Amino acid sequence: MYKATITIRLKTSVLDPQGNAVKGSLHSLGYGEVRDVRIGKTMEVWLDTPDAGEAEGRVEAMCRELLANPVIEEYEFRLEKGA
Amino acid sequence: MRFAVPVFPGSNCDEDCAKAVREILDRPVDLVWYKNGNLDPYDAILLPGGFSYGDYLRTGALARFSPVMDAVAEAADRGKLVLGICNGFQVLLEAGLLPGAMRVNDHLKFRCSIQTLRVENNRLPFTGLYEEGEEIRLPIAHGEGNYYCDDGTLKGLEERGQIAFRYAGENPNGSVTGIAGITNREGNVLGLMPHPERAIYGWMGTDDGARLFRSMLRYWEGMHGAA
Repeated sequence: MYKATITIRLKTSVLDPQGNAVKGSLHSLGYGEVRDVRIGKTMEVWLDTPDAGEAEGRVEAMCRELLANPVIEEYEFRLEKGA
Repeated sequence: MRFAVPVFPGSNCDEDCAKAVREILDRPVDLVWYKNGNLDPYDAILLPGGFSYGDYLRTGALARFSPVMDAVAEAADRGKLVLGICNGFQVLLEAGLLPGAMRVNDHLKFRCSIQTLRVENNRLPFTGLYEEGEEIRLPIAHGEGNYYCDDGTLKGLEERGQIAFRYAGENPNGSVTGIAGITNREGNVLGLMPHPERAIYGWMGTDDGARLFRSMLRYWEGMHGAA
């Protein structure tokens, strides 16, 4: 059993309206040092797979096929055994 | 000319689309449940607006894997007319039948209003009854209509005349160069955020959407006869 923790975020070339709005709020709260905010999502996926290499390949494929939209998003993930 | 309107869990403009076909075109139209993978009897597919699969993950992302979408891809491939409205546009983008992707509106709000659009290309099956450069009024209602594509894709869209409509004047969602609707390379698949089916009678505030449906009929029956 492996647990994949996947982080998906907008590509840096794509404007993030939510991040910008949060940045504005942080500024108005006095956190003037905030230069940029980017908002993404985290997904946790549990796999019944005994092999780390296989788990990695499968999660990679899931990200490409469904979990991220390659036109505007990029992803990264880490695997933990037995989590 | 026979029309199909695929219905996903969460679609909510399906009846409006069917009504537009019946009342404006007087042609047969069927609602087709998303689990049905056969669209062979139909000449045109209207992917309706709404919130398919609750907009979970990304708008349109989950609808794309339903059986009816394989049939939509096949229909597009065979040159049938495919029109995606609002959520239907988002589904077409996720399915890769149109290039680019949709983002949250730049102002982060759901926007419901009548917008002025400019017809950028009237040589498409969907726009033949508009004048080139004509300004028309259609309603929008969306939170994610902020169309995005990279510069290379945009250049290609422009060169090939794939941009059907742009917002004239105010851009209500931040979309790249004010794009409101685009087609595929072949021109037989159109996606747009505004709702032509909600603009078919004057009492609706505008009837400029009616000509989009009439254009489709004229194009198709002009080529294939009125069967």
